[in-house]
Amino acid sequence: MALVSVQDICAYYRTEIYGISRTVRAVDGVSFELNPNEIYGVAGESSCGKTTLIKVISGNIKPPLKVYSGSVNYHFWSHDVDMLHISPEELRDNLRWKEISYVMQGSMSVLNPVRKIIKTFEDIVDTHEGIPDKKKFFEQAREHVNRLGLPTEVLTSYPHQLSGGMRQRVAIALATVFQPSLIIADEPTTALDVVVQRGVLQMIKDIQAMSNNTVLLVTHDMAVHANVADRVMIMYAGRIAEEAPTEIVFNAPLHPYTQHLIHSLPMIGERSNKVSLRGAPPNLANPPSGCRFHERCPYVMDICRTEVPELVTVRAGHRVACHLVKENSL
Amino acid sequence: MSATDKLLDVQHATVEFHIGGLVGGSLIVAVNDVSFSLDMDQPEIFTLAGESGSGKTTLSRLLLRDLEPTRGRVLFEGRDLATIRNRSEFKEFMKSVQPVFQNPFETFSPLRRVDAYLFDTALNFEMAPDRQTAARVVDEALQNVGLSLEEVSHRYPHELSGGQTQRVSVARALISQPKLILADEPVSMVDASLRMEIVNLFRKLRDEQKVSVIYITHDLATAYYISDRIGIMLRGFIVESGPVEDVLDRPLHPYTKLLKESVPKPAPKERESWAKHISLGTTEVKEYDRVGCKFAGRCPQVMDICRQIDPPDVQIEQRIVKCYLYTEHTGEPSPGKPT
Repeated sequence: MALVSVQDICAYYRTEIYGISRTVRAVDGVSFELNPNEIYGVAGESSCGKTTLIKVISGNIKPPLKVYSGSVNYHFWSHDVDMLHISPEELRDNLRWKEISYVMQGSMSVLNPVRKIIKTFEDIVDTHEGIPDKKKFFEQAREHVNRLGLPTEVLTSYPHQLSGGMRQRVAIALATVFQPSLIIADEPTTALDVVVQRGVLQMIKDIQAMSNNTVLLVTHDMAVHANVADRVMIMYAGRIAEEAPTEIVFNAPLHPYTQHLIHSLPMIGERSNKVSLRGAPPNLANPPSGCRFHERCPYVMDICRTEVPELVTVRAGHRVACHLVKENSL
Repeated sequence: MSATDKLLDVQHATVEFHIGGLVGGSLIVAVNDVSFSLDMDQPEIFTLAGESGSGKTTLSRLLLRDLEPTRGRVLFEGRDLATIRNRSEFKEFMKSVQPVFQNPFETFSPLRRVDAYLFDTALNFEMAPDRQTAARVVDEALQNVGLSLEEVSHRYPHELSGGQTQRVSVARALISQPKLILADEPVSMVDASLRMEIVNLFRKLRDEQKVSVIYITHDLATAYYISDRIGIMLRGFIVESGPVEDVLDRPLHPYTKLLKESVPKPAPKERESWAKHISLGTTEVKEYDRVGCKFAGRCPQVMDICRQIDPPDVQIEQRIVKCYLYTEHTGEPSPGKPT
């Protein structure tokens, strides 16, 4: 059974300033499932709704963001949780950090700059479970970071003493103290260099392999998905364009947007001419009619301008939203 | 060799920053004995690549005369930048060397129309006597980047896409008809579907406008795509430089090898080699303080001498490698060495 099933989520930002109301349709009719023991990648450009989707999944919905329809259901081994109808107390006490944890982009803003790392560990564990014995807790924390391949001295360092890669790995170590079922990693390596990025992503992979949990990896970098994710979802302008196992996304993409993304990636050792798509990503306050990609699509047809393409399953595990693709065609 | 056949000639440039108080503190050598040059009559795209903290941006500030080297010289068209003393000489220099910055939304003030910047540049550099003629100059520059004055006039930065704003930023740099453009991470903030148009633009400028470009990036894949030559930086040193095909297809320096291996390939089939575990530095400053080769702590082929004295530059065919592995032999790496 799926760990998380997301059904037809519509989440909009609604603002009213001086009587002018504006609705940004950040996530519009998105459905997918996260399975236990997998790394699920979400790809897409900036402002395609990736971060809004994460907010909805993690139950972090605050105005002006509002969920207008759909459901997010978690199926933990002991109980089920309806994320959109849960009390804030229950979310804080039982779910956040224990079952669902979050690794963010800028690790410097996660760690308190004036406190040693061990103090940050204490803060988090104390809030959620309480620490009866600080000495014993230090031992547990040491064991935890060592198991993740970090040296013990990081615990007694201040954040500024650590390198960027080490800080990000400490942030990941913090996110995994309670062995959560779901780790959400939002652009965890975007600010890092390639060598450090490799180290951090390897750590995420190792943790996943060790504890068999689910990792939701959100990044715009397709090359990262190619190396880390098991399945990848491509988002465009608040909707799912394509979802498939990583191999298929890279070797046989069906949606024109995915095809462009894959084919425009420069690679070392290959210099064929690469081009950009015409136009720009649409403004979600006023999205185009029909298929939201139609203004930029090289294969645009009349139907694309008026009708929204349905997300159809073309073969097991491969879903595409495009008028060019027919259901069960492969 | 006379100095004037070089457009830009960096000779043993070193920049040191003193960190800390009057007493004690530490010295960071951000750019360490860097030398390279660009030819006058053959425009090219030269990439400076390296991790954050490798000195790329400090080096670019040096080339823009925003900083003076602690030691060494930077010559532009045979003239030492340190001899530029007054404003009008500096303006002449700025006319020939123009920057393009990383984030297009930070380059332009959100409260000001983007075309105002273009007109300002045209008038400041005296490319046009009045606004009417300036409009023509501005339009010409915009045409070069695939835009027109009609499209951008009276537009604020938020009304344009990231790709368009970055193209306006390049157009602004082109107004003074520079000989050299310094682009510091020009595509890292631009969306993936628009990134290649900016990258292709630099290629077009080199071929059609005969402008040389120094492209500063950490992205080796786009560097390989556009550049002619590349210099790999590590903690202030250029550890390997030469034609991009040589350096990235057949890297010699162990650091370049690691860097190339670490670039994730957009091909799920090649996961295995990338998944090989690597060691990362724990703290930030240790590598700067290290005497000798800065890579010695992470290098798989480290020797005793690497930890004692800075490695020399070794010329191998068309490239220069800063590594003891190549000191005795020129050409092929010495035999009997683990690879």
